[in-house]
Amino acid sequence: MTAIVLNQVDPKKRRFLIVASSVVGAGAAAAVAVPFVASMLPSARAAAAGAPVLVDMNKIEPGQLLTVEFRGAPHWVVKRTPEMVAQLDKHDALLADSKSDSSKQPEYAKNPARSLKPEIFVARGVCTHLGCTPTFRKEIGAADLGADWPGGYFCPCHQSKFDMSGRVFAGMPAPSNLVIPPYQFLSDTSLLIGDDSKGA
Amino acid sequence: MSNAPKAAIAPPFPGIVGDAIVWIDARFPLVKLYKEQVGDYHAPKNFNFWYYFGSLAMLILVMQIVTGIFLTMNYKPDAKFAFASVEYIMRDVSWGWLIRYMHSTGASMFFLVVYLHMMRGLMYGSYRKPRELLWIFGCMIYLALMAEAFFGYLLPWGQMSYWGAQVIINLFGAIPIIGDDLAVWIRGDFSISDATLNRFFAFHVIALPLVLLGLVSAHLVALHEVGSNNPDGIEINKDIDPLTGTPKDGIPFHPYYTLKDVVGVVVFLAVFSAIVFFAPEMGGYFLEAPNFIQADPLKTPEHIAPVWYFTPFYAMLRAVPSMLGSQFPGVAVMGAATMILFILPWLDRGKVKSVRYRGPIYKRFLTAFVISFLVLGYLGVVPTTVWGQLSKGLPLIGGADVATIVARVLTVVYFAFFILMPWYTKADKEKPEPERVTF
Repeated sequence: MTAIVLNQVDPKKRRFLIVASSVVGAGAAAAVAVPFVASMLPSARAAAAGAPVLVDMNKIEPGQLLTVEFRGAPHWVVKRTPEMVAQLDKHDALLADSKSDSSKQPEYAKNPARSLKPEIFVARGVCTHLGCTPTFRKEIGAADLGADWPGGYFCPCHQSKFDMSGRVFAGMPAPSNLVIPPYQFLSDTSLLIGDDSKGA
Repeated sequence: MSNAPKAAIAPPFPGIVGDAIVWIDARFPLVKLYKEQVGDYHAPKNFNFWYYFGSLAMLILVMQIVTGIFLTMNYKPDAKFAFASVEYIMRDVSWGWLIRYMHSTGASMFFLVVYLHMMRGLMYGSYRKPRELLWIFGCMIYLALMAEAFFGYLLPWGQMSYWGAQVIINLFGAIPIIGDDLAVWIRGDFSISDATLNRFFAFHVIALPLVLLGLVSAHLVALHEVGSNNPDGIEINKDIDPLTGTPKDGIPFHPYYTLKDVVGVVVFLAVFSAIVFFAPEMGGYFLEAPNFIQADPLKTPEHIAPVWYFTPFYAMLRAVPSMLGSQFPGVAVMGAATMILFILPWLDRGKVKSVRYRGPIYKRFLTAFVISFLVLGYLGVVPTTVWGQLSKGLPLIGGADVATIVARVLTVVYFAFFILMPWYTKADKEKPEPERVTF
C-alpha cells in the first residue's frame, strides 16, 4: 500500500509546489505588513505640526535672537552684527570641533559661520549633551564666563559653552556642536526652517 | 483509551468528579497533559535553593498580568491625562495604590528573580546540550521582558519616563544611515509625544504580554521534553529504574516540587509584601524621584539614570567613547552584551556542566564576570564623576573619570568571560563527575 502511494508522488514537483506557494504566501504577507508598518509613521496631523516654519526676518534687529518652535524643539534665528561675524575665526584654539567635522549640519552650513549667510545664524537650540536649552550670552568677556569669552551660548544645566556659531568649546560635557537644521531663504526677508529643497 | 484513565484517576476522585474527568478525557487529553507536565514529570531529587526562581518568575508573570488588567481600568494612555490618571489611581481609586505598587514592585522583582534564574543556569551548565533551545527561549524571554519594562516605564508620563525613553530611542537614532528615520518611526512623531505614549501602551498591554506567554509556554514545553538539569550537571535519564521505568534519581514534580515551591512562594511573598507596604519606591531604585513630576519636554532632569535592572548595560553604553562623532559603538556594545547570551551553549567546551566539577580557571572567570556585572550595575546608577578624576599628568587616560575607566575594564571582563570561553573551558583541569546525583 505504502509503496504504491510513494510511486504516485513526484517529490520534485511536490517540492516545487511547496516552495512556489510559500514564496507567494510570503510575498502576500510582506505586502499586508506594509500598511501596518506605515501606520506607525507620523500621522498627517503630526506631520503637519512638524511642517517647515516661515520666519519674517524684518522682525529681528541686528544682535538679536528669535526663538521659534519647530518639531517640538526651540530653534534660534540670530542676526549677527559685523563685529560678531569678525570674531568667529579668532578663537579656533578654544573649540573642540572648529571645522564641524563631527557635528550635524547641512553641507552648506559646514563653514566657520555655520550658515548660508554669515550674518544670519539658524540652529536647533538644544544642547547636544542632554537636551537643555542654552542661554544667549553675546557680551564679550562676560564676568562669569571668563575674559576670553568671545560671546555665544551657555548651557545652564551642565555648563557647556558654545561660540556664536554654536561650536562647542573643548573639554565640555556636550560632545558636538549645536545641530543646524535644513533651511533656505525664500527671499531676503523670509526664511524657511526645516526644508532646503528647491520649490518648497 | 477510555478505560485506562478511569482506572488511574478513580481512586483519588470517586463519584461525579471522576466521571467528569473521564468524560473530558475522552474529548481532550486532560489526564495525559497533567501526567506529562506535572504528575509523571520526574525532576532530579537534588534541587537546591537556586531552583526556586523559575516558579517564582511564573508567579510574578501572573501577578503582573492580573494587576496590569486592573490598572488599565483606570489608566488613560493620553499625554494630557496619563500622569493625572496614575495619581488618580494612587489617591482616589479604592485600593488603587496597592495594585499600582504591586505592579511597580513586581517589575523590579521580576528582573531580580530572572537574573537569579539565569545565574543558576550559568553555574550549573543548564544551557548545555541538550538544553540549548531551552536556553535560547529563556534569552528571548529576557529580551521581551526588557522591552516590556521599557514600554511600561513611559506610561506614567513622569520626567524620568519621558527622558529615559528619549535616551533609549536616541540609541536607535545612533544607528548609521537609517537611525534618524527609525527613531521617527518608533516615536510616530518628531519628538516623544502622545502618539509615542499611545503605541507604547499598545505594546505594553497587548503585544508583549502575548509574546511573553508564548515564549514561556515554549520554554516549559522544551524543559519538559529534555528534563531538568540539576546542581551536579549530570543526566538523570541515563540511569532508569527497570521496575518503574523512571529515573532512579528523579522524583515526581507533584507533590515533591510543588510543595517545595510553595515554601519559596511564601518566603517570596513575605519579602514582596514588605517592599510593597514599607518601601515601594525602594529609595528611588524601583520608582525614581523625578517620575513624580509630570513629563516636561523642555526641561531635562539633572541626572538621568535608567531603572536598576538596565544599569549594567547603561554603564557599558556610557563607558564606550563616541567614535567619529557617533554614539553607535556604545550602542553596538550594549546590544552585543545581551545578544552574546544566545551563543553561550556553543562557546562552552568543558566536559562537565556544573561549576561543582569545573576547574579553577572557569571559577575565576565566573567570579570576575559576576563582579563585573554587579559593579557595572552600580556604576550605571551613579554619575560618572562618582570616583573623581585621574590626574592630568597620566598618559592617554589623564583627566578621565575614574568610574569611566573602571567601567571600560569591566566591560572587557564581561565580554572576556564569553569570548575566551572556548579556550579556558577546554584548558581547565576539571574534576570527575559522580555517577549519581549528590545532595
